[in-house]
Amino acid sequence: MIAASSQVSSFPILSALVVLPLLGSIIVALLGKSRPEWVKLGALISSVTTGALSLWLLAAFKSGEAGFQFVSQHLWISQWGISWHLGVDGISLFLVVLTGILFPLVIVGIDPHHNETSYFAWMLLLQAGVMGSFLALDLFLFFVMFEIVLVPMYFLIGGWGYDQRVYAATKFFLYTMAGSAFMLVGIIATVALAQRDLGVITFDVVKIAEGASFSTNAARWLFISFAIAFAVKVPLFPFHTWLPDAHTQAPTGGSVILAGVLLKMGTYGFLRFGVYLFPQAAIWARPVLFTLAVIGIIYGAIAATMQRDLKRLVAYSSVAHLGFIVLGTFALSSQAVTGAVIQMVNHGVSTGALFLLVGMIYERRHTREIAELRGIQHVAPIFAGVFTVVMLSSVGLPGLNGFVGEFLILIGSFESARWWTIVATVGVVLAALYLLWAYQRVFHGEPDEANSSFKELNAKEGLLMAVFVAIILFTGIYPKPMLERIEPSVNSFIEHVEGRTK
Amino acid sequence: MNDLSAFAGPSIEWLSISPLLALLAGALILLLVGSLTNEWPKHWYSLSAVATSVVAIALSVVLWRDVSNDGAKLLVGGSLTLDHFALLGSIAICFAVLLVSLITSDYLSRGGSDAPEIYALYLTAAIGAVVMISSNDLVVLFLGLETLSLSLYLLAASNRQETASQEAGLKYFILGGFASAFFLYGVALTYGVTGTTRLIDLNTALTSYISVPRNDVILLIGIGMILVGFAFKVSLAPFQMWTPDVYQGAPTPVTAFMASVGKVAALVALMRVFVVAFPSRSDDWGVVVLVLSAATLVVGSVVAIVQTNIKRMLAYSSISHAGFILVGLEAASHRDSVNAGDGLVAVGVYVALYAALVVGTFGVVTVVARNSSSEANSLDAFKGLAKNQPILGLVMTVFLLAQAGMPLTSGFVAKFGVIQSAVAVGSYQLAVIAMVCAVIAAFVYLRIMVSMWLSDSATTEKVSVPMLSRVAIGLAVAFTLLIGFLPSLILDLTSNLAELATK
Repeated sequence: MIAASSQVSSFPILSALVVLPLLGSIIVALLGKSRPEWVKLGALISSVTTGALSLWLLAAFKSGEAGFQFVSQHLWISQWGISWHLGVDGISLFLVVLTGILFPLVIVGIDPHHNETSYFAWMLLLQAGVMGSFLALDLFLFFVMFEIVLVPMYFLIGGWGYDQRVYAATKFFLYTMAGSAFMLVGIIATVALAQRDLGVITFDVVKIAEGASFSTNAARWLFISFAIAFAVKVPLFPFHTWLPDAHTQAPTGGSVILAGVLLKMGTYGFLRFGVYLFPQAAIWARPVLFTLAVIGIIYGAIAATMQRDLKRLVAYSSVAHLGFIVLGTFALSSQAVTGAVIQMVNHGVSTGALFLLVGMIYERRHTREIAELRGIQHVAPIFAGVFTVVMLSSVGLPGLNGFVGEFLILIGSFESARWWTIVATVGVVLAALYLLWAYQRVFHGEPDEANSSFKELNAKEGLLMAVFVAIILFTGIYPKPMLERIEPSVNSFIEHVEGRTK
Repeated sequence: MNDLSAFAGPSIEWLSISPLLALLAGALILLLVGSLTNEWPKHWYSLSAVATSVVAIALSVVLWRDVSNDGAKLLVGGSLTLDHFALLGSIAICFAVLLVSLITSDYLSRGGSDAPEIYALYLTAAIGAVVMISSNDLVVLFLGLETLSLSLYLLAASNRQETASQEAGLKYFILGGFASAFFLYGVALTYGVTGTTRLIDLNTALTSYISVPRNDVILLIGIGMILVGFAFKVSLAPFQMWTPDVYQGAPTPVTAFMASVGKVAALVALMRVFVVAFPSRSDDWGVVVLVLSAATLVVGSVVAIVQTNIKRMLAYSSISHAGFILVGLEAASHRDSVNAGDGLVAVGVYVALYAALVVGTFGVVTVVARNSSSEANSLDAFKGLAKNQPILGLVMTVFLLAQAGMPLTSGFVAKFGVIQSAVAVGSYQLAVIAMVCAVIAAFVYLRIMVSMWLSDSATTEKVSVPMLSRVAIGLAVAFTLLIGFLPSLILDLTSNLAELATK
């Protein structure tokens, strides 16, 4: 994370990644009235182009470099030292790519059933916000993006969700907003305090992290203010209660995005802002965060085991998985943080895929009750096969992507957080327990009358899932290209932290 | 008997008070010509009020340039000020008058009772408001306050068919009378201690001699009473009781007017009095303002949750906004900090942005609720609005999100400014309280949004949005978004807002 090695690209690809979905959203909203039949096409073109751009970014990204690449910076609000400052490094790269890929898949794969226009418009707006959050290198810009994401997600849950959707959407909105209320005060205070060291008012996160030094006490308070926002977003136990509701009530597309990329804004925020700006305070707060992470891992697993609703089960499994990511993030060793970054992407892929599959089950059976489902393996073997692969990836089976991340996290955390790591390992076993048990109940046995007509994956669904399975297998078997791009940034990040805490 | 011919009035720079004169001329023309002629064609009354405010805005802009070039100064023998702070307030007030007049015209035409008086009252109220915010003298301020208040009492009761409106007017009148009495008594006590009512001279008097303890008590009581008077006017807790009732009972465009012009005037005047006249006692009133601000924020946002009438909800929301603005005043009370001026700038920006925002919000309510009966204004009236009319729903959503302080709207710029000023002087606790209350208040806005987007409408009948209302609401929403995306536009203008006129 050294700003000096940043390069300036001729085509503002990062700005395009944010602006394109935004434009798409506006165009879709305008098309809705005059040409409703073009709406889906418009959404598709916009999201596929964004996806292609993100893949191009992946290809053009120079591996082995630590600094921010493709940096684009324009003054936005000069009086407050705020600029439109975007950049990508190894830590954010794959999250950006994931955001680029996941949205077109969701838009292609999931039918909103009603009010297509507004659904797609909100979806694209959401994509713009998420992209912006992962790319922003300006605290103000990050806050704007972090906060603006709430609005489309709120409408997606509230407008296209299930029975308790209004309750879930409101809870989601207020919880997250409450968290970021503290962060806003924290951001402003950070900037005000940094101004004394830097001499100028700036919201540039790199400048502040490299140039400003905060008193121990101030840094702790500031870290806490950031940590509250991210802990709610992740969500970390005990701030997680909005998540099961939001996930269960959200439409399938909303759940996929929520699990896939939205929660990562919290874990990513911890790394990029919390730890990067206040390394000493982060180490001071570590024991608490480790403990909460491990509680989350165990609690999420136990709660998942007891769920009757398949979607709620997956939601609680998210709480457990994100506990691992937080554990890795704060272990602050090169391996653990690399593992955490990989696991952010992995969790997005595998949990996103799980939500998609659960959504498909609901489409076919109009229920998600585990007790209502039985013997699906017999009537839909391919579906069951795909489910198995995705599930095992979530469990962390060697050879699949989940293993790479979890393994790195556990190895890397053992040094600095031994006992917590040992307890967390139990979570790996529990994950196998609740997922396999659920699998057994849903897919094994003899199908009863209602389940015997369960339809196999159709071609569209098959292609959709093929993308996920391909990513799962590729990352699991050959993680090297990913590691090559992530590690340099992580190493320089760790150096920064160590340099600050000596 | 004194020889009146020996009386020499102060020299008056007529151009410098031209916005006031324009408003006065507009009011007189409406009243005089309006009463002598037959009924004017539809919308003409309103459009002449609009024209008046446009002229006043244009004159203020010209004066703005003069102040930028020549600096701030005092007018009319030192009783009025001409500085950016006052001019920004004047522009905000006139802009609000413009928007409200447009909305009122449609509102009254629907009932077939369009008449010139109401617009004339808007203009006289605006005169009072402009005098208030630019006064450099407590007595002149009181004159402005009374001009504004008397017009508002009449406006609140202007719907003669509705008993609620009558009740609102009477309630407002009685409590407003109380407030004025408090204020005036405070002025008298302050005068007793210092021998002057000029704001700048008050400061000189208070800093240039050592006041004996007994006098200081009287002075503090005086300052306290002035603050109570203001607190009634801007509805700070615990003096906010009248607000929901009056806001609910008054015709909706008038509510919009009270929430914008009334608030702007009283808050800017409050700010000026305390920052200019009593900075030497800021340790004393700073604490009081802190408590008032926190109480107002909590009451405004928490009590709003249990309301079912949209006008009451927005009344409480306006109370919590006043609490937010006081956060800026509290920041300005930290005189030893180099950043104390930020508070002043933040308040100026906040009131200017809030004025347009609140008129826009009430504008939509006016259009949707049709009349001011309580059924028409219940939250149910908004059910399914966005499904029937996506554009109107979207516009209202923008206003509500802006009130909640979401980024990319003017509401966020306003909130960011006051929070920044509070943090800059180290008032972290108040900043945190304010932000937490903003989240609580957001629940109320979400409830309205839920009704609009996620509930099914009882009727499929569309609400018609008349032309002038369309223009007013459109202007307000464009302003809200424009400032949200490009805050530099207003921040450029307000960078030297803290340089108040002192000579």
